[in-house]
Amino acid sequence: MPESYVNLLADLKEDEVLKLTKKRIDSGEDPMKILEDSRKGMEIVGKRFADGEYFLPELVFSGELLKQVTAMVKPHMSGKATQVKKAGKVVIGTVAGDIHDIGLNIVDFMLDVNGFDVTNLGVDVPADKFVKAMKDTKAPVLGLSGFLTPAFDAMKETVEALEKAGIRKNVKIMIGGGQMDDEVRKYAKADAFGKDAMAAVSLAKKWIGVN
Amino acid sequence: MARMPWRPCPWPRSGSVSTNMAWAGLSPEEKRSERFKRWLSPPAVKFSSPQAGKLYKDRVTRFAKALQLQKPDRVPCILPAGLYAATYAGTNLHTVMYDYDEMKRAWLKLLHDFEADTYIPPALVPSGRALEAVDYKLYKWPGHGLSTNTLSYQAVEAEWMKPDEYDALINDPSDFWLRTYMPRVFGALKAFGQLPPLTSFEEIATMSFLSFGLPEVQAGFQALLEAGRETLRWAAVVGEVSQVALQAGYPGIMGGLAKAPFDTLGDTLRGTQGIMMDMFQRPDKLHAAMDRIAPLAIAGAINGVNAANVPVIFMPLHKGADTFMSRKQYETFYWPSFKKVVMALVNEGILPILFAEGSYNDRLDIIKELPRGAVAWYFDKTDIFRAKEVLGNTACIVGNVPTSLLMTGTPREVKEHCRKLIEVCGKGGGYILAAGANIDEGSPDNLRAMMEAVKEYGVYR
Repeated sequence: MPESYVNLLADLKEDEVLKLTKKRIDSGEDPMKILEDSRKGMEIVGKRFADGEYFLPELVFSGELLKQVTAMVKPHMSGKATQVKKAGKVVIGTVAGDIHDIGLNIVDFMLDVNGFDVTNLGVDVPADKFVKAMKDTKAPVLGLSGFLTPAFDAMKETVEALEKAGIRKNVKIMIGGGQMDDEVRKYAKADAFGKDAMAAVSLAKKWIGVN
Repeated sequence: MARMPWRPCPWPRSGSVSTNMAWAGLSPEEKRSERFKRWLSPPAVKFSSPQAGKLYKDRVTRFAKALQLQKPDRVPCILPAGLYAATYAGTNLHTVMYDYDEMKRAWLKLLHDFEADTYIPPALVPSGRALEAVDYKLYKWPGHGLSTNTLSYQAVEAEWMKPDEYDALINDPSDFWLRTYMPRVFGALKAFGQLPPLTSFEEIATMSFLSFGLPEVQAGFQALLEAGRETLRWAAVVGEVSQVALQAGYPGIMGGLAKAPFDTLGDTLRGTQGIMMDMFQRPDKLHAAMDRIAPLAIAGAINGVNAANVPVIFMPLHKGADTFMSRKQYETFYWPSFKKVVMALVNEGILPILFAEGSYNDRLDIIKELPRGAVAWYFDKTDIFRAKEVLGNTACIVGNVPTSLLMTGTPREVKEHCRKLIEVCGKGGGYILAAGANIDEGSPDNLRAMMEAVKEYGVYR
């Protein structure tokens, strides 16, 4: 059953997934196993997205499916939250003066299904908040998102704030979104530009040393 | 765009075709030719000199030819200066949104300092006070949700329309707007949710008056009246700047704005997240809603263009881009109702400039099916050389100097990039040089480099 459950989720069969979730809960199965299967299903979704088979609508819809499954399973959990092993920490956020988050959330999703422990600071994030998050989490990777041209300067200022705080050398910084490209990467003195969420995953993997 | 003083038009001002039989009898080509003639010789414009009048005609002719796939005297250029005038004149967006004299000063400075081919009046600078009067929640702007020195206003994506409200929208869009949507996006109009359907006014409909007496409803109307008064003050200044530009010989190129129905629903009603859920959970409702919105978009666009005397309309396209949906989803959900809007405008003699934000690399063969010379395609991040290959014989191509280059590069680099674009895309005509998107700040020399490039490399012999 688990295998077909994983596939049903990956194939986004809403009704079947929900029915089967209920059946598994009713039969007294370990809720953690159901969640683990959901995670596997999402991994496949992420892979299909990376392969160009799935697009944003499928990503959004799978996220909603997962939310529904989690809501069904949660009341049956005994409280022992088993920590899933994470590949490493990444902090992401949209820079100051910019409130766009579609791209940011795709990156969040893709890093998450690839096993990273993601701290998403949201939108319009001031430079000092990025600095604080990098200090608090000790994450080795920072992803800066921006859609509009004012983000060019905000990215530059964020990188400079990390320099000033003396932690720039501990952090690898990637940028992406809307009007960003390698020119902006140079301008902002970031380490890499990623053209999509898959690039964010491979950069994080490369920098953290995960295969 | 500010409405010009009224004068007789060949086309019906209401946008309803039946009111003018002579106009209705014209073919799309004849209609377009009428509209382009009026663009070339705008009635009631007193040029500041014979030279200005001549330059105006030269500029319109340059665009008109390029847009219709012909060879003009040289490649025309649209400078990416949507809101750029503010920083260029040493002020910022926040200031010009609230101080119309500063807005005028900034926009006139930009007008006089660049010998551009066209001019974008400050119609895209909304009045901060009008928006505040109604407590607009759909947008954040500098000093209102964004820090004062931010150089753009930005839309707040949310579920402004709930998933179970499709039927209400489809049954009666105006009613849905008045009593559901407006109370959400305008904080000051929250009480409009208590209004009765206006169709309840029948016979002696005493009860229908009732909610108009409520203080909170009346406060909502007061807020709208204030927004209206403020907008009149604003429009007078925008209109004045537009007139100065026209008199100095600079034609407008944006007769109005229109959107694809999928974007109307996805941008400001359901939000990206919401509409993408709907593609799976209620596709039939989504299709029905787009069919309902299409005629509204068409009528609104035609009215705008009729008032502006410019036969060209801009359609910024958002959620059908390569990274937003699959090709199949584009063909199923985005293209049909979008094409319907485009073709209705084309049949009215209007030439839409379709601005594909993001990239459209995987859409080129789909969009190729529009009639030859009927539209222009403005590309942002699309591989424009390939676009020229695929579309060059059917549509004018516009674009696409990267904004990053314009903001961080040197004038020499910008000019060199423009040269390449002109050489490849300009071949045979049907090309307009433009940037991938508007810039809000940066070196004016990079904009001058664009103008230099068209003058040096863009001349057709």
